[in-house]
Amino acid sequence: MPIRTVMKANEAAAWAAKLAKPKVIAAFPITPSTLVPEKISEFVADGELDAEFIKVESEHSAISACVGASAAGVRTFTATASQGLALMHEILFIAAGMRLPIVIAVGNRALSAPINIWNDWQDTISERDTGWLQFYAENNQEALDLILIAFKVAEDERVLLPAMVGFDAFILTHTVEPVEIPDQEVVDEFLGEYEPKHAYLDPARPITQGALGFPAHYMEARYTVWEANENAKKVIDEVFAEFEKKFGRKYQKVEEYRTEDAEVIFVTMGSLAGTVKEYVDHLREQGLKVGVAKLTVYRPFPTEEVRELAKKAKVLALLEKNVTFSVGGALFQDFSRALVNLDERPKIVDFILGLGGRDVTFKDLDEALAIAQRALNGEEFDEVNWIGLRKEIL
Amino acid sequence: MAESPFKADIERVQKEYSEKMTPGAIVYIPGSSVINKTGSWRVFMPEFNREKCTRCYLCYIYCPEPSIYIDEEGYPVFDYDYCKGCGICANECPVDAIVMVRETK
Repeated sequence: MPIRTVMKANEAAAWAAKLAKPKVIAAFPITPSTLVPEKISEFVADGELDAEFIKVESEHSAISACVGASAAGVRTFTATASQGLALMHEILFIAAGMRLPIVIAVGNRALSAPINIWNDWQDTISERDTGWLQFYAENNQEALDLILIAFKVAEDERVLLPAMVGFDAFILTHTVEPVEIPDQEVVDEFLGEYEPKHAYLDPARPITQGALGFPAHYMEARYTVWEANENAKKVIDEVFAEFEKKFGRKYQKVEEYRTEDAEVIFVTMGSLAGTVKEYVDHLREQGLKVGVAKLTVYRPFPTEEVRELAKKAKVLALLEKNVTFSVGGALFQDFSRALVNLDERPKIVDFILGLGGRDVTFKDLDEALAIAQRALNGEEFDEVNWIGLRKEIL
Repeated sequence: MAESPFKADIERVQKEYSEKMTPGAIVYIPGSSVINKTGSWRVFMPEFNREKCTRCYLCYIYCPEPSIYIDEEGYPVFDYDYCKGCGICANECPVDAIVMVRETK
């Protein structure tokens, strides 16, 4: 029987790792993710998880050790956030290029400066071009589930890409919520043993990994990462369906909430989706035609689902905790790209909010809604809006 | 000329090697570096004077590649497919039997 208990998202991530039975975990502590490797090292020390736990001197080393272990052919896991993920940056490209299905749990946290330990998505968003798959959890249960799903998708022969699962710093990492821990046997059935056919260390079958790619081969190698990302779209749908069958919880790349007949659809990710669902309920009571769509999967970008979503609304209001300077948020770029060549498309209004742990309140969402409604009524509106700015200190 | 000790490897790799891209650009043919003829990088090439050579083997020992083999009579043979023209052999030769000359193709 699955165990129903209460835990923080960090603990849920550690439990997910334990259930996935990685053979190597290499990690370096960083707020807000420290508890993940701390809990895993407890599991290892108590003999509950048969794995090599490597204590390293930096995040650069942590991910490098994972690359080495994964290249040797075993399932690997690590956790980090913010500056730690940024320090991993160059190795993230290598892990994707070498097609190593490593999974990272990321407690989404702001980047310095100013130094800030609280939540936004700038850390993972900034890694969107590395080739890694990206999942975002709305709550602690999703953090656990999506890590299991991430392993399954990453290790699929049609994909073979590393994956990161983001869950919001403190809002989830340090908040206790009800979580169902699935049965080990069912997880074993779902995931199985990792038996790599492509990358392994075996003296009987010598291979070369990570070799130099001359101009004659580099582009083709990069193209296979592009193809693997495209393949992942279908594989993710299959894995979501299998997960639902085994564990009873349904996931979708783009999850819609009260979008039927909606004129304005808010689009967001992570725990903010919970807040906005509540807000949409509140607006629906007043008779406003609004809904919300949550991106559970950000990379590969769910272009087809976004195009379907675009047919339903007159205005898409993107709520995002990240900035691409002089452009807007990353979602604004992605949505614009997905819709630009369609004959009919909704207006897109971008909202940057909740950076560095700033709470997103109904008052902030009212401010966003007012601008979205201007777009809906054909009035002039700003494409990119910073919401909740304390103008009095600027 | 003495045969390259890697002849069998080179032939095997040439037969098995495929340019087909694999996941992670992994190379499944061991020893495939032999098909990468690194001699093309060379600017200076060693020129050998058999008359002066005392068959001391120093060039053979010092060659870092190794691109120098020894023939049946004990004289060095230079494998220009892989010799990068580093000049160590010429530098080590105690009787100036090897000199580096600018290569013209």
